[in-house]
Amino acid sequence: MWRVGTVIALHDETATARTISLEVPDWPGHVAGQHVDLRLTASDGYSAVRSYSIASAQNSEHRVEITVERLPSGEVSPYLTQQVAVGDRLELRGPIGGWFVWRSQQDEAVQLIAGGSGIVPLMAMIRSRASAGSTAPFRLLYSVREPTAVFYRDELRMLSDKDQSLRVTYAFTRTAPKDWPRPPSRVDAALITEATWPLNLSPSCYVCGPTPFVESVTNFLTASGNNRDKIRTERFGPTGERK
Amino acid sequence: MDIVSRGFSGRRGPADAKLPPGQYLTTDFPVLSAGPTPHVPLDKWEFTINEGLDVLRRWDWKSFRELPTETFTADLHCVTRWSKLGTYWEGVSLDTMFADVKTDASYALVHSYGDYTTNLPLEDLMDKRAWIAFRFDDDDLAPEHGGPARLLVPHLYLWKSAKWVRGITLTDEDEPGFWESLGYHIYGDPWREQRYSGDE
Repeated sequence: MWRVGTVIALHDETATARTISLEVPDWPGHVAGQHVDLRLTASDGYSAVRSYSIASAQNSEHRVEITVERLPSGEVSPYLTQQVAVGDRLELRGPIGGWFVWRSQQDEAVQLIAGGSGIVPLMAMIRSRASAGSTAPFRLLYSVREPTAVFYRDELRMLSDKDQSLRVTYAFTRTAPKDWPRPPSRVDAALITEATWPLNLSPSCYVCGPTPFVESVTNFLTASGNNRDKIRTERFGPTGERK
Repeated sequence: MDIVSRGFSGRRGPADAKLPPGQYLTTDFPVLSAGPTPHVPLDKWEFTINEGLDVLRRWDWKSFRELPTETFTADLHCVTRWSKLGTYWEGVSLDTMFADVKTDASYALVHSYGDYTTNLPLEDLMDKRAWIAFRFDDDDLAPEHGGPARLLVPHLYLWKSAKWVRGITLTDEDEPGFWESLGYHIYGDPWREQRYSGDE
């Protein structure tokens, strides 16, 4: 069933990504990692639907936040990142998905690995952990093109500063901040070893990002001895290597 | 109760007419998998048709590749709403693989390396509607797209076309597979837009 949400806030995360906060009166609640289908309808009845990961914590009742990255040739994302205004009503369906989820009852070590806008469902997990008062040990390895492309930067800093059991490691792939210890480069086996939980903790791993990123990261994780049954993935976009 | 999105006009092409409801056209080939990509060596690969412990047919890679193959084009429709038209494959028809199989079962539970499963009525695998495919666009099928071999049953949403297939279990009841147990539709006809459980 389609629900109606009212846009109550907009926040630009980067030059190309915007967080949209929706008030949805009949929202049934969600679990971190789930997504929604969002439907736009033109005046002649034509409609287009896309799926977006939920960014907000699981217990934020009646409130759903998504963060949308603008795809230059997209049909829906330019509208959502440039035209939507506070007060607009949007149709959505969900929450959807029961696999790539973290539930606050889970108390094992968790390794989150994000590539670019793949941070969104992982941020929902970090927020849900905080709002539930969970002490499950969390690490986030966040691969991002450059500092200005980081989503949720201040909130991630605030949450990890006050919480010893949440650690955030950035991997900049194109431009790093001045004096950053690691030159800009893709996530490699050495960084996986350094920034992720030791194997004896048998962490649950959640990897989300563009397909080639997820392929390469999960191959590093399994090669370094992580149990493949503990690795959950969410991929988006083309494979990249096909001509 | 459609709500008009102020200022949204959308983008429509003549190709849209060929798409199931709610789908959009892509020329990429996106990948959706729930976990790491399994890498299955050909000398370890096998495929069975079974009724649980009772194995009715078994192939290793060599005997599988000795079966007659077909090339075919297929329109792919993913439940995440992208469709890709006219993809070109080579594979073995399930009609060929079931030629000598006698069963009273009505349903199939498809198993993959990496423990993925998906279910469908057995009749949906028959009548030149399903293949075990091992080549895409004249190349060996890449692991992230399901290589060495995947099921293709293009008249259903693409999650039914299990990657990395290793066997088919014939069952009397329709047993939900992986996504079917996680909120997705038990059958998944894109033309009836059967995306999620509860869709008509």
